[in-house]
Amino acid sequence: MTRVYVPRDTTAVSLGADDVARVLSKTADAQGADITLVRNGSRGLFWLETLVEVDTDAGRVAYGPVLPEDVPSLIESGMLEGGAGHALYLGPTEEIPYLKHQQRLTFARAGITDPVSIDDYRAHGGFNGLITALASTSQQIVDEVKTSGLRGRGGAAFPAGIKWQTVLDANPQSEHSRYSGQKFIVCNADEGDSGTFADRLVMEADPYLLIEGMTIAGLAVGAETGYIYLRSEYPLAQMVMNDAIARAKAAGYLGDNVLKSGKAFHLEVRLGAGAYICGEETSLLDSLEGKRGQVRVKPPLPALKGAFGQPTAVNNVLTLAAIPYILAEGGQAYADYGQGRSLGTLPFQLAGNIERGGVVELAFGITLRELLEGYGGGSASGRPMRAVQVGGPLGAYMPESQWDTPLDYEAFADVGAVVGHGGIVVFDDSVDMLEQARFAMEFCAVESCGKCTPCRIGSTRGVEVIDRIRDNQDRDANLVLLHDLCDTLEDGSLCAMGGMTPNPVRSALQFFPDDFARTTPSTTTEES
Amino acid sequence: MPQATPSNTRARVQAIVADLKHMPGALLPILHQVRDSLGHIPTEAVPVIAEGLQITRAEVHGVISFYHDFNTQPIGNHRVQICRAEACQARGSRALEEHARKRLGIDYHQTTPDGEFTLEPVYCLGNCATGPSVRIGNHIHGRVGATRFDAILDDAITVPLDPEPLTEGDA
Repeated sequence: MTRVYVPRDTTAVSLGADDVARVLSKTADAQGADITLVRNGSRGLFWLETLVEVDTDAGRVAYGPVLPEDVPSLIESGMLEGGAGHALYLGPTEEIPYLKHQQRLTFARAGITDPVSIDDYRAHGGFNGLITALASTSQQIVDEVKTSGLRGRGGAAFPAGIKWQTVLDANPQSEHSRYSGQKFIVCNADEGDSGTFADRLVMEADPYLLIEGMTIAGLAVGAETGYIYLRSEYPLAQMVMNDAIARAKAAGYLGDNVLKSGKAFHLEVRLGAGAYICGEETSLLDSLEGKRGQVRVKPPLPALKGAFGQPTAVNNVLTLAAIPYILAEGGQAYADYGQGRSLGTLPFQLAGNIERGGVVELAFGITLRELLEGYGGGSASGRPMRAVQVGGPLGAYMPESQWDTPLDYEAFADVGAVVGHGGIVVFDDSVDMLEQARFAMEFCAVESCGKCTPCRIGSTRGVEVIDRIRDNQDRDANLVLLHDLCDTLEDGSLCAMGGMTPNPVRSALQFFPDDFARTTPSTTTEES
Repeated sequence: MPQATPSNTRARVQAIVADLKHMPGALLPILHQVRDSLGHIPTEAVPVIAEGLQITRAEVHGVISFYHDFNTQPIGNHRVQICRAEACQARGSRALEEHARKRLGIDYHQTTPDGEFTLEPVYCLGNCATGPSVRIGNHIHGRVGATRFDAILDDAITVPLDPEPLTEGDA
């Protein structure tokens, strides 16, 4: 019996993995081949999807990218025995350079296991962190996280251990509240930044990792209830997470008596409803409470008054997914990766116009250029890369002169850019940076929660001003106006939506001024 | 599907509210459930939800209007969402949007006259390494150019299985 793996994550399925699996089963059946088909998560080597793997005596062997119509010839060439006779043969999976040189702590199991199999998870070191945590005091867990140097992976990079300490120390008693006495763990799985998909891959490829991380968080701060606030744009992640939670509950990893420890932890997925702003933590909390997802004024910090007015740890998926390793191997083992104040690893996500897109988990410190060229292999179109947006739609567009910046929170801040959630979106030289600046404003206008005037109205005015620049109407005056508007947005907004929308706009203006100086047909252009 | 009349809409919404109202922060789960079972959130659902949760109709309306997912009018048989975000732009989604508008003869937030497709923008489907991305129902498709877009739509078109018209009893 041969085990054959066909991924079931969103990207693989979006490229036909379900059809590959169907054809594979049928063809193997017809030939009397004895195979067990495993729908694993993805390894995150997305340019190779559908990446089919076959178990052999010498380990797993990969083939890709496989289309359904390739299956018969693959089988004929001896794929089920790990044969090397087909053009799509990639050799041993672990030897693929893109994967081999990564430092996978969070994504150690992704693509290797059946995502919803608890046995697989345990066989690959799963729940070791939880077992350590159950034998520790809350303060010991928090101290371990402090030692690790882990900072919030959602973008704000706030030290996770300090946040947890605040929640641990917070008093949960509140008068006249049905929630008095409770604390909450809220996982921010509203991964709305374009170019990011690491949260999704954790949930689709290794959901127990998030369950384990959240359970440990609950033990650390004294919370018995956790919510995963998941965006509705991720239907497959929702399905996998719900399946995994039900199985974890049935197996005693969740519920009133976690692994017979006497400690309780309950977990539930809550679905967002298509609002980018709900990735902002206070807006997320209002949405979770059943309200419009509007940003709250801080203080009070969510750590003190968060979900339903109670002390709440709000953490990104990747932050929580880093926790099991830290508890199992020790905070210092995690802190041994990285540099300066950016410790540990970050799963970078190569996206957009890139030849080899996917998840690249590495210690902080690698340069952007090494990622783009060494891992990414340049643009997918074959044209020169021109602009790279790091950290989502609120991140700066970086020109080639900045690509030697090391991926490190402080080093990026020094050049006016952000690491954010680690998404890297590549554009080739066909990009029009005026259009990208305009889109940044347009996106802000569509997704603003409406609470702050500069964000709600300034973004619409921003689109209009850029249109006037494009149409060559009072260009110089409108460029000054655009800079002023960016200052107002930055200084006068409560949250990062309005406050950081100027990042892509200003960087486009600063580094790609030619795109704003083009003369296009307009009322002021003379007829030729 | 039975014809949605004001009275049975009310009953269905009441059942959903009764089922979910004990959840902390029940409004979003209720609205999702209503939309999933009725296809949209009709005006007559608002007072039923408000009463069930002991909040004002204005509060319910405020929440519905805040979120892109909660459509208050019926949409086509298939919700077609094209990702407009940066990573898909870098792979040609702007051209795909143009193609989709032409092919369907509608703009965003409109439904084709035959009631098959409603076109909507979406800001990221998390499929950013293999764009442009398109979602139809719960299926996400990657590397969608014009040709693939047309093929996906052709596949999705609802073809009646039985050429005979349904009698009333079958509905």
